[in-house]
Amino acid sequence: MKFLRDKIDQIKKPFGKGEKLEKFAPAVNALDTFLYVPNHTTKHGAHIRDAVDLKRTMITVVLALVPALIFGTWNAGYQSLSQIQEVVPFMDALIHGAWKVLPMIAVSYGVGLGIEFYFAIVRGHEVNEGYLVTGLLIPMIMPIDLPLWMLALSVIFAVIIGKEAFGGTGMNILNPALTARAFAFFAYPTYMSGDKIWVSDASTTDAISGETILGKLAAGQEAGYDMWSMFAGTIPGSISETSVLWILVGAVILVITGVGSWRIIVSGFLGAAVMAFLFELWGANTLMDFGMLHLLVGGLAFGIVFMATDPVSAAQTNRGKWIYGFLIGFFSIMIRVFNPAYPEGVMLAILLLNVFAPTIDHYVVEANVKRRKKRVAKQLKTA
Amino acid sequence: MSKDIRIKKGLDLKLVGEAQPKVDAISRSQVYSIKPSDFHKVTPKLVLKEGAEVKAGEAIFYSKDDEAVKFVSPVSGKIVEIKRGDKRVILEIRIQADAQDSYVEHGKKNPNEMSGDQVKAHLLASGCWPFIKQRPYDVVANSSDSPKAIFISAYSSAPLSADVEVALKDKLTQFQAGIDALSKLTQGKVHLSVNGKVNSIFSSVSGVQLHKVFGPHPSGNVGVQISKIDPINAGERVWIVAPQDVAIIGDLFLTGKFDATKVIALTGSEVANPQYYSVKFGAQMKDVVSGKLSSDNVRIISGDVFTGDKVSKDGNLGFYSNTVTVIPEGNQYRMFGWLPFAGANKHSMQRTALSWLMPGKKYVADTNLNGEERALVVTGEMEKVMPLDIYPMQLLKACLANDIEKMENLGIYEVAPEDFALIDYTNTSKLEAQVIIREALDLMINEVG
Repeated sequence: MKFLRDKIDQIKKPFGKGEKLEKFAPAVNALDTFLYVPNHTTKHGAHIRDAVDLKRTMITVVLALVPALIFGTWNAGYQSLSQIQEVVPFMDALIHGAWKVLPMIAVSYGVGLGIEFYFAIVRGHEVNEGYLVTGLLIPMIMPIDLPLWMLALSVIFAVIIGKEAFGGTGMNILNPALTARAFAFFAYPTYMSGDKIWVSDASTTDAISGETILGKLAAGQEAGYDMWSMFAGTIPGSISETSVLWILVGAVILVITGVGSWRIIVSGFLGAAVMAFLFELWGANTLMDFGMLHLLVGGLAFGIVFMATDPVSAAQTNRGKWIYGFLIGFFSIMIRVFNPAYPEGVMLAILLLNVFAPTIDHYVVEANVKRRKKRVAKQLKTA
Repeated sequence: MSKDIRIKKGLDLKLVGEAQPKVDAISRSQVYSIKPSDFHKVTPKLVLKEGAEVKAGEAIFYSKDDEAVKFVSPVSGKIVEIKRGDKRVILEIRIQADAQDSYVEHGKKNPNEMSGDQVKAHLLASGCWPFIKQRPYDVVANSSDSPKAIFISAYSSAPLSADVEVALKDKLTQFQAGIDALSKLTQGKVHLSVNGKVNSIFSSVSGVQLHKVFGPHPSGNVGVQISKIDPINAGERVWIVAPQDVAIIGDLFLTGKFDATKVIALTGSEVANPQYYSVKFGAQMKDVVSGKLSSDNVRIISGDVFTGDKVSKDGNLGFYSNTVTVIPEGNQYRMFGWLPFAGANKHSMQRTALSWLMPGKKYVADTNLNGEERALVVTGEMEKVMPLDIYPMQLLKACLANDIEKMENLGIYEVAPEDFALIDYTNTSKLEAQVIIREALDLMINEVG
């Protein structure tokens, strides 16, 4: 191991302090720190530090995404193949899906990390690990047949306009992955909505139809799937959004490790359930009659578990997180039902609440400020 | 009647190397140092020059902004060196110690028969004043102020820090005399907080409001106790004194001498036999630690692992330090150490490490940063170790932005850097919270006063 370390130190030498390539150091450090936790010691403040760092936190989210990603990859193949053949062997479906999904992940990471490295070098800070999650999330929430160049453009928009323009990681107002999806959604609507895009090859092969459950419901048709299929996720949809089962596995990982906010996840599903219940009472159309099944379809579960819990764009106070999560669930179902042209209500609901999260926090923190001022007022009275 | 203070948020980090309750003397150092940097925001004005003879308790310098506040020599001897830095800032005053101390005699006094002003004058003249610190701002108290209360925390909850119950076990008389003197300085109460879990030796102290403290670190931090007992509002001043310093003050009244001797704990995983020693502040670190360490690649901390100062073997024991902690330096690379659950011997508050499954384990903590500084991403983690009614992340951001009004609103007057030590420890982004709070407090001193 010593040999490897020495070798790396030798390679890094020209990037050191005062050396010729110093300004490119963030790029090299980003790669090096994936092999080794650096030998940096504490200089100020507490002399000992917790073992956690942002890398560990972000990798935990990536691990939580993996079950839904693998299922989504298989399901992408399965949805397509099952419409043209009787029996779909597991590996066939997985390979068919992987053939589509892997290039998308490669493009997302390649383009996004390229921009991240560039900004790190220009701004002279280390590369933040946040994009490891964003870069995986973006392909997971796209339709399977989205052309790679559109994906690349979405990534560029999300990282530059959605994140770096606000000052980079930690400063962005909107969730970058959803910014990418919203960009694609409004820039290329024909590739992002309709009844031809949700199953691989549906737009090119007549035998394959590719409609989501929400699309059918909005058109006044039956859902056409039983509850177990909706829960397990063997239905058409964006790559990894369909399987509530595997998303919940990810949610369990996030909640147990404490990386994702259980407050947001619980209140998000609660908000969706309340709204779905109210609509079921109303019962004016098929979308409203769908009731609690709303919680199983579309991107709701994926959005609440993986996107709403993004700590940067979410509310930052614990009380704020309850309000924020609840409203996301609530508005998701409301947008779905009231505006069937946007069947994916959760994306818009999260982006909307991203914008309002600082306002929610403001009022939560203001309560603390008022308490403090009241104390002074009381003091003056008794004095 | 004692009142209980209970807190839930915080962290009791268990570290290897706790001191055995045995007190030995350490042989006298040849050289003692006094560093103006121990007294934050004090600009020293020298009274004596290099080569001058000093007695123990004789003033060496005073504060430029508050000329009555004198800083005295812990030993008698000769000033051998005055080290200066950039712009001739005084870094260190080194005193070659005599074989035996001769003291400045102030005469025995009974604080109960003195007025507040007389006590104050006596403390200022004897050099005991710097023991009294002020909140807000965590600086030496201004001698013209009159505080609304005085707080003494006789419970240090930080990992491996010296147990006050051990350090003061034979000095209760002095401690009581110190309390008697301090109580003359305020119209309000003198609050004394003790560890609720033990049968405290301080239960019998009179003239104080006693509080029993329960809960994890930072429950022993005086700032936490103040916030639970009588929080500081804008414009108010409270004073704090460390218990061992109360005993030194008491000793001054009983004997007429300023005796700088304290009992310190020499602790940490790299100390062969951690225990207590009796020593004068300013003693050279090499005399404190030599022959007592079990390895070489170590960090010596004058203070506890969260708030202490890094010192070299040539350095000295700080004015306010009651603990010397020695832990391994963490200047090694760790392959794939960032992977979740990697490194079972590393403690983490997060559940992305194994340590949450082993709550009783004692750790050998080193000084590795365990990562690099990053943007603030993770939320909710700082709140878990902040028992004050304060939003720590929001306050830190206001401090970074130098937004004074917001800092006031969010409670800057109630905090000291040490209250953010656990945030230093726990935060994922490796933010230097204590540095940020210190700088913010300095800004407040300059802008608000």
